[in-house]
Amino acid sequence: MNDGFFQHVVWSDIGQATLDTLTMLAGSLALTIGLGIPLGVLLFVTSDGQIDQSRPVNRVLGIVVNVLRSIPFVILLIVMIPLTLAMVGTSLGVAGAIPPLVGGAAPFYARLVEAALRDVPRATIEAAQAMGATRLQIIGKVLLPEALPGLTAGATVTAITLVSFTAMAGVVGAGGLGDLAIRYGYQRFQADVMLVTVVLLVVLVQFIQWAGDRLTRLVDHR
Amino acid sequence: MIRLSSVSKRFADGTVALDGIDLTIPKGAVFGIIGRSGAGKSTLLRLINGLERPTSGEVRVDDQVVNTLREADLRPLRRRIGMIFQAFGLLANRTVAANVALPLELAGIAPAERAARVAALLDRVGLTDRADAYPARLSGGQRQRVGIARALATRPDILLSDEATSALDPETTRSVLALLADLNREMGLTIVLITHELEVVRAICDHVAVLDGGRLVESGPVDSVFSGTSEQATLALLGDGQ
Repeated sequence: MNDGFFQHVVWSDIGQATLDTLTMLAGSLALTIGLGIPLGVLLFVTSDGQIDQSRPVNRVLGIVVNVLRSIPFVILLIVMIPLTLAMVGTSLGVAGAIPPLVGGAAPFYARLVEAALRDVPRATIEAAQAMGATRLQIIGKVLLPEALPGLTAGATVTAITLVSFTAMAGVVGAGGLGDLAIRYGYQRFQADVMLVTVVLLVVLVQFIQWAGDRLTRLVDHR
Repeated sequence: MIRLSSVSKRFADGTVALDGIDLTIPKGAVFGIIGRSGAGKSTLLRLINGLERPTSGEVRVDDQVVNTLREADLRPLRRRIGMIFQAFGLLANRTVAANVALPLELAGIAPAERAARVAALLDRVGLTDRADAYPARLSGGQRQRVGIARALATRPDILLSDEATSALDPETTRSVLALLADLNREMGLTIVLITHELEVVRAICDHVAVLDGGRLVESGPVDSVFSGTSEQATLALLGDGQ
């Protein structure tokens, strides 16, 4: 184990880091979708000419989303530390990484949700109104099911963005593959550790894209 | 009976879509509203089910004043008024049967009765064998038949048709219009249709109103309007149709 190219690689550390990355990803993705969909729906239904048009609500939400999206994620990680401490009691490890990950990804996903809803044809929404649908029925039975392919495609893009976010979160003590890559691969010049972590991240991203594409095709009947 | 009294509609941007419309649509009629694009036909049709509200005037369906109803009170009215669209407005991610079932779901009808009604409606429009297909797999004429079945699901007594055959070829148009005419006869369904095509009015309408620049030029039985007119707008439409 002490000679050859992979001399620095401690496979049990790699395994733990992979597990940490996957846990961060799963937890933050679930919360991002859970927050991003209602936020995206609100952005859409309050926009001009839509079923619950409200300029003040739309403007305030739009500004909040844009502000969160314009803060670089490494900065968001740091400025959110007090909030993270208040929410989960620690700013370290997997638990400490999830609030900033969601804070960075949910506004992004909300915009993708809004764009997917915009693709639902006007006549479809009008038909539902003409049937006597309530607003909640229009959202639940027409808008979201009709936008489902866009929602899954958007979730795929968001999941991949979250993978790179988790690597950055490694910088401030979140753990995971990004953390290993920086501490061992970069700071201690252990190219073998760098290579293994990067390969694992590439495989993860490829898998997410493949699974997301399949899911999107499965739900798309247009 | 549908009655519009001194109805005007001005949009927020200042354009006047409708200007002082007085119109009565008798029960059981097949009533055509014809005009060029921009004449205000779409707006007029949408006043009847409250998708649009007039700036002034009154819209009545039977004894009910539509234009002052709150959103919640419009819902039961809308279940009595079916609507079909040029772009069909079908849900792409629902099968044919699920599309027809949608208004019944929205109205809270139990699944067993829903299934029975959907089967009967699909049978009526001749699409029983396509029940499990998605709309993308259907022809334009089939899609509009689904639209018609869906519009009839809540057993309305009025059907609004928004250029429903304008995206269809002539032969398909004839068969869809024949279906509408049958439904009018069988169920006493009042049909209000808007169109820019003279042939559509000639094919199935008993009454016609001519709309031009937001004003009602004339209205009456199809034969007398088309044969006895001296109105420029009507003559222009008649000229286009030949």
